[in-house]
Amino acid sequence: MANRVAVIGSGQTYHTGGRSDVNGQELITEAVTRALKAADLTINDIDGIVIGNMDHFEGINYVDSWSVPGNGGTMKPVIKLTTGGTTGTTLAIAGYHMVASGMFSKLLVIGWEKNTESDTTAAITTAFDPIWDRLVFAGAIGGLAVEAQAYLARYNHSEKDAARVVVRDRAHGAKNPFAHVQKETTIKQVLGSPKIADPLHWLDMCPRTDGACAVIFADEHVAEKICDKPAWVLGTSVRHNAAMTTDVSLDGLHSMKSASKELFSKTGITDPLKQLDVIEMYLPYSYAGLSWIESLGLCKPGEGPKLVWDGVTDMGGELPINPSGGPICGNPIGATALIRVAEATLQIQGRADERQVPDVKTALATGFGGCFWTDMLLFGAAKP
Amino acid sequence: MMEENKQGLFTMGSGEGAQPYNYGVGLYGSKFLTHLRDHGELLGIKCPKCAKVYVPPRQICGPCFTEMNEFVPIATEGKIVSFTILRFQFLDPETGEKKPVPYGYGFFQLDGADTNFQHFLEVPEDESRLWIGARVKAVFAEKRIGSLKDIKHFTLAET
Repeated sequence: MANRVAVIGSGQTYHTGGRSDVNGQELITEAVTRALKAADLTINDIDGIVIGNMDHFEGINYVDSWSVPGNGGTMKPVIKLTTGGTTGTTLAIAGYHMVASGMFSKLLVIGWEKNTESDTTAAITTAFDPIWDRLVFAGAIGGLAVEAQAYLARYNHSEKDAARVVVRDRAHGAKNPFAHVQKETTIKQVLGSPKIADPLHWLDMCPRTDGACAVIFADEHVAEKICDKPAWVLGTSVRHNAAMTTDVSLDGLHSMKSASKELFSKTGITDPLKQLDVIEMYLPYSYAGLSWIESLGLCKPGEGPKLVWDGVTDMGGELPINPSGGPICGNPIGATALIRVAEATLQIQGRADERQVPDVKTALATGFGGCFWTDMLLFGAAKP
Repeated sequence: MMEENKQGLFTMGSGEGAQPYNYGVGLYGSKFLTHLRDHGELLGIKCPKCAKVYVPPRQICGPCFTEMNEFVPIATEGKIVSFTILRFQFLDPETGEKKPVPYGYGFFQLDGADTNFQHFLEVPEDESRLWIGARVKAVFAEKRIGSLKDIKHFTLAET
């Protein structure tokens, strides 16, 4: 039987659109130092480190090597993992597995990126097949535009519906001191911003961000002894389904449908809208806030816009999504999915300050990346 | 190469040097490209287990984890599954140059295939003529050399 595992603390940088005052290693140190402080530990207490990003954004390989000593890994086991946009949740799920195995008791998990150091779209393109994909591919923006166009045509929804998602996340992000974008917006501003790839406007997409995040996982013996409010891992699920975007069906996010089915059945969730208290979602663009919540089972196919317009997913609604503002308010890609984990666990711990949802018992964090892939982690206030 | 900002902080550019790669296309992809060059036709591949037809051809059917060997003809015509018109400029990692925009980009279901095929989509002057479900056909390059660029783009098949 695996050990039960909890997140006992996390730390983030103040994410921005350019950190020329620090190099990568120094950026990582900021998040690590804050996570150790939050968990009331020193680096000497940590018995292993898992770190990751997407190397091609910086063009510097082997972060596991060059970020020592700033990552705290001097003379410790350091493992590097990378899976594209899902990197942050891959790191968290691997960290959970390592602690659950009993081989590690206090594990430091780090995700980071300096996206402003290169052309993000060009770098993403290099993650795809040189023979078949790259000729016409336009990074995440092209692929997501195609998904959005298919969604609009399927249900006859409007660009306004997507803009409402941006208005929500930007309103939430305005209360998050760590967010890159902390300014509210309006539907008029979103629809008035330049069209970048039909039907997407500039403000439908996440920005390019520099940032790091660190999360500390501990086994049940440690967690209960040193943390007054551990955020327990209730379950995880992963779906990486195809390598070529053209193999993926565009009618909903199938990887999320399948991942949530597994996760919810393992954890006894039969009605996610009622049973979940908050979701931190890897929502890289506005239409994900409509289509993917349908795939998640919060509503029937095509009913995403109604849920969003009714305010169900706003702060104060039945199931707030992205109290932090989500990736729309900051997307340091290798850190982004781990920030979802940090924010979801802050909600359980009651440490989310101005963005706190009252009385959170269950919080879901998701990761998105690669070729329409999904990772999910469910956290709870009660020990499983 | 070195730039200093108002706060006295430096950034360093990585320079203009290129590091070219040579990617092995493999047996399946090479057969597709040879056929495209010599006949101006497309090939897909059929899974012996689930009968799904993939284009371009590759060795393994993912869901079945089964080796595929049956090449089948795929039409150079089909319908638009989805599309976009790229209007923002970004660097083409293949050339290091800014990609010329705007350009049309589509997912097409070609007759005979179960997966989509992506390529450039010619944008007519009246953009509203592009719609999901519209029939399209491949337009070939004048000289075919065994590359995906042997297809210039897809264009609306109806007038």
